[in-house]
Amino acid sequence: MTDAPAITVQPEPDHQPPPRGDQKKEVSRSLWADGWRELRSKPLFWVSMVIVLAVSSMAVLPGLWASGDPAQCLLARGSQGPSSQHPFGYTFQGCDMWAAIVHGTSKSLAVALLATTLLTVFGMLVGTLAGYFPGIVDTLLSRFTDIFFGLPFLLGAVVFLAVVPVRNVWTIAAVIAILGWTTIARVMRGSVLATKNKDFVEAARALGASNARVILRHILPNAMAPIIVLATIYLGIYVGVEATLTYLGVGFQRPNTTWGLLIAEGQPYALQGSAHLLIFPCAFLVLTVLAFIMLGDLLRDAFDPRGR
Amino acid sequence: MGRYLARRLLQFIPVVIGTMFLLHYITTLGIQFNGDPVRALFGDRPPPAEVLEAIRARYGLDNDCLNQRGNPCVGMFIDRVGQYLQGDFGQSIRMGDRPVTEIVLERAPVTIRLTAIAIVFETVVGIVIGVMAALRKDKFVDNGVRIVTTLLISTPIFVFGVLVQVFGALALRRWLLANDAPDWTSDMFSPVYNVDNPWLSLVVPGIVLGAVSLASIARLTRTSLIENLRADYVRTARAKGLPPRRTIGVHALRNSLIPVVTYIGIDIGMLMGGALITETIFSIPGIGQLVFLAVEFQDALVIIGVVTLLVLVFLVANLIVDVLYAVLDPRIRYD
Repeated sequence: MTDAPAITVQPEPDHQPPPRGDQKKEVSRSLWADGWRELRSKPLFWVSMVIVLAVSSMAVLPGLWASGDPAQCLLARGSQGPSSQHPFGYTFQGCDMWAAIVHGTSKSLAVALLATTLLTVFGMLVGTLAGYFPGIVDTLLSRFTDIFFGLPFLLGAVVFLAVVPVRNVWTIAAVIAILGWTTIARVMRGSVLATKNKDFVEAARALGASNARVILRHILPNAMAPIIVLATIYLGIYVGVEATLTYLGVGFQRPNTTWGLLIAEGQPYALQGSAHLLIFPCAFLVLTVLAFIMLGDLLRDAFDPRGR
Repeated sequence: MGRYLARRLLQFIPVVIGTMFLLHYITTLGIQFNGDPVRALFGDRPPPAEVLEAIRARYGLDNDCLNQRGNPCVGMFIDRVGQYLQGDFGQSIRMGDRPVTEIVLERAPVTIRLTAIAIVFETVVGIVIGVMAALRKDKFVDNGVRIVTTLLISTPIFVFGVLVQVFGALALRRWLLANDAPDWTSDMFSPVYNVDNPWLSLVVPGIVLGAVSLASIARLTRTSLIENLRADYVRTARAKGLPPRRTIGVHALRNSLIPVVTYIGIDIGMLMGGALITETIFSIPGIGQLVFLAVEFQDALVIIGVVTLLVLVFLVANLIVDVLYAVLDPRIRYD
């Protein structure tokens, strides 16, 4: 008998979540709900999301997109132009261009994702500490940031990678992260300084919250928006940076397949007239970078109130 | 102003030393983990140990700490800074046995010309485009500028360079040659650097080099001009009956250009990286190509010498821009 009321009560929470979610949105729209509402209405957001998802799925499941084997090459059909069966033509080695492009996605995206994650975490850590602990900690960390900021990005990356004997996803991402974390640290420091003296932080401290709790529960959530925007843009930029480093000969090398390698190899043949060797990998690279940067810009418009 | 300058200079010194140490430590680690560059010179047939030792001593690579992995070689760093102060940036091993400063001085004029073209192009065109977009905010021109600048920012400079070289310059040159255009026009669109045309053949590479920053400058000008057009002092100027040409050109634009000046300071670092790429693509015998060749030849001493020199130029340029910023905008001195 005691079970009966429990059973009748049980279904209710199951049905509740959807209406509760809607109510919340109308009663007090948080910054996030507000931003999401704005994002949803923009067609460009959906366009860039589709590109990002398509490219990501190419990276994870290349077999889904291209049935051809990128390593199956016939020199006899090298540099053959597009045909109805192979709309992207063949690379100069006679591999299927479409398969090469699809299989070339994963390395670039892996580098970008790994580098962005590393530098975001490290930059946030340095920035938070510098902003939260004024005085000697702030001075030391800020000068430390300046030292890395003083190294021009591409020059530094070329020097680092020139001395790294093994160039793989990990080393390339690490080099990018070592050189790239400074902006996140500076933005983070600024956000922490701005929120640190707000009343709600004072209140939390008065209630006896520890430094760790104040930082994690009160300061970080308020500083997240610009960091997410920057990280999204970085994903795109670092896809381009990886291709650049590979083009310069300090990134990936054969037998890997990446867009940067395809472009570097296609360049001399394109000068002689095989334009497709250059156009297709360039188009994919630019489109991917563009999608991430547009997404970042739209996120900024939606979530970063100062950018409005 | 004096105090600001003094503080800025005091901050500058540790940063320069820190950045130089960072570069030193990385190349040292490279030697420690990759093996001795002098030994690598000779391949399968190493000369007698005494000869190797003599060569090492000559290039300053005879320090014991180079055999201990992870050792930061502080003693070596102090020696190096002493040499830098005397203007000695090391010797090239593989690119002709010459001092690095000599090679750099020989190549510097080309790179300076290239960067000058890029900076003039990006500031002039960038500011004009930015002003046009700001004055017609949310209209056709503004949207067009937004699309073009987003595209430019998303195109890695090497992609842009390669595409311009293959489909722009080369095609245009063929067309000009076929149509009996004057010689100088086809010289301008030469796909590679031409010693006989030290300025004309750098125009296309300069435009490529400046293109990415052009987008940033255009956006920066647009945003800050829109902001300033709303400011009270612009409204006052309008209310006084000043013509739009004067309110926009003198009152609003001059203040809007302050962030652009700072941007050019940061941009010098990007231009150095960009020069590395454009000079490689268009075979321009400048400093960027030197870095590229040094990487290809694995000449560690040239890499560290040249890059240290470039980083010093970058840091000094940034210092100058910071000081300039304080002169242009008095508010900055107090923060």
